[in-house]
Amino acid sequence: MISVEIWSTLAIVAPVVGALVSLLGGRRSILAGMTLGAAGSLASAAGLYLTVRVNGVARHALGGWGRPLGIELYVDGLSVVFVALAAVVGTAVGVYASIYFGEAASSGDYSTPGARGARYFAPLSLFLWAGLNGVFLSGDLFNLYVMLEIVGLSAAALVTLAVTAKATQAGMRYLFVSLSGSMLFLLGIAILYLVHGTLSLEQLAQARPSGLASASALALMTAGLAAKTALFPLHAWLPPAHAAAPAPASAILSALVVKSAFYVVVRLWLFVFGLTLPGADAQGALVLMGTLGAGAIVWGSVMALRQVSLKRLIAYSTVAQLGYLFVMFPLLTQPSADAGSGAWSVDAWSGGMYHALCHGLAKAAMFLAAGNMTYAVADDAIESISGVARRLPMSLLAFGLGGLSLAGVPPSGGFLAKWLLLGAALEAGRWIWAVVIAVGGLLTLAYVLMVAREAFDAPEDPGDFRAVPRRMEWAALALAVVAVLLGLRGVEIIELLQIGGVGPWR
Amino acid sequence: MSSEIAYVIAGAAVFVAGLVGTMGRTHLFWKILGVNFMGSGIFLILIAAAPRLPGEGADPVPQAMVLTGIVVAAASSALALGMALRVVVRSGGPFLSEDAPGPPAERTEPEVDSPGPRT
Repeated sequence: MISVEIWSTLAIVAPVVGALVSLLGGRRSILAGMTLGAAGSLASAAGLYLTVRVNGVARHALGGWGRPLGIELYVDGLSVVFVALAAVVGTAVGVYASIYFGEAASSGDYSTPGARGARYFAPLSLFLWAGLNGVFLSGDLFNLYVMLEIVGLSAAALVTLAVTAKATQAGMRYLFVSLSGSMLFLLGIAILYLVHGTLSLEQLAQARPSGLASASALALMTAGLAAKTALFPLHAWLPPAHAAAPAPASAILSALVVKSAFYVVVRLWLFVFGLTLPGADAQGALVLMGTLGAGAIVWGSVMALRQVSLKRLIAYSTVAQLGYLFVMFPLLTQPSADAGSGAWSVDAWSGGMYHALCHGLAKAAMFLAAGNMTYAVADDAIESISGVARRLPMSLLAFGLGGLSLAGVPPSGGFLAKWLLLGAALEAGRWIWAVVIAVGGLLTLAYVLMVAREAFDAPEDPGDFRAVPRRMEWAALALAVVAVLLGLRGVEIIELLQIGGVGPWR
Repeated sequence: MSSEIAYVIAGAAVFVAGLVGTMGRTHLFWKILGVNFMGSGIFLILIAAAPRLPGEGADPVPQAMVLTGIVVAAASSALALGMALRVVVRSGGPFLSEDAPGPPAERTEPEVDSPGPRT
């Protein structure tokens, strides 16, 4: 039996080694590096799942140096869910990218993203993957900062793999947002260390941070992370960056990268600061988060409906769906009955995290499917994809299944997530949040159907139609099918999410 | 004691100056410099306010954080400068255009500034 030490180390080391191998250049080393990173990540996700399920929360003091001096990895159900999400999305996108960029590169057309992407997509996405796994497994603040920087730098570089002026500008803007956000985060870390003398998340939680210094540290960190995760109204950088990036990069950015900063917000707000505790007196802050989330849902959905470019529509949909993750915050507090227990609402918690998981899979599927459609018609405008239904039924199916899961149509995973959130809102009599959740679902359905209608239209001018390689269609469809099927395996995942406690670390 | 507080206040001032520079300036070089200022301000605070135990010297953890932070800052500045050069080449100036629907004059010729060998 391989121990949790091996699995948690493998999750970070395998993608790094893969990235180094793929940097050697040449088709074969890129393939080898990608395979190594993907296999390592999938294996460690499975291994961590099995060990955490049996033995519960695990800690790994790297090199035998525990807290407070050393760096500790921390694995609970939440970490496993996110590592698994990264493993599944990363693998499917890796398969997709190997063909997407390969085709473009072999055609010798250097004005397409092909040439640069064929060489640099694999190493960049693997470094990003290592950073993501590092974020999800980190048990201390400074390690989180370094891992978030690895994610942010490689993500910005991925945007600029598209060689257009638009993509370069969007990538540059994203880099500034990401770096400034990291600096705010680091300042908060510095303050917390100077006040409490530890970087370990668990030790900080036990120190019960309160008072002006800790509160301002949390505010600074939250502001930085909100910018990185594109929380409304700090979302303006996201649509241009995610729309301009090459399709496989967009999928990773929307499905995983924005979630990494959100994951850190969850760790800080719920596990370290315990803001859902009745005594924390943080209802105002939680409601503020929920309000920003509600704003994101409405604004992002309305903007998505107004887009003429397919990828921009999906990018605005990301802004909207991220809103649900923040609407979770005010719903987490227990209404009144067992207020003394210190636990949070299991329904809201499971629903919110389930939404993060399903959105990751569905959004990656939609971006890959959109990549297939724009690849076929060589245009990104929504009106240019008419007739796609007949030519690319599999890609349209992937887009549709992903979209229906986002909109919350049963029996998809997205339905279960929204159902749990809705239930938590209604149970507590907070009907206004329920209205936002329901309206957001309807708006999602509207913009998904808008695209589908165009795809089923007979084209006025059946122009050039490039054949799409089969494996690119399969990769998109596989992710969409998983996003839908997750709705049927809800119990296991919800149980997994409870490992590590339903309440702050105290 | 008072000199430590002076350093912390100075560090905070450097951080704010950097934040204002990153947000307010339009020239990309100033923006990159601003991010570096923010980092330097934090490093100053960490070193100045690190707890010192009598007879044992300074707490090593903040120093390790600053060292790692400098490495990260150097790497991110290098990436940002490289990207800024690309912006200059592709959009004709070291500025970010506002998020308008029409991008600035887009270069359509094949790109020639790719570093490293092509495969």
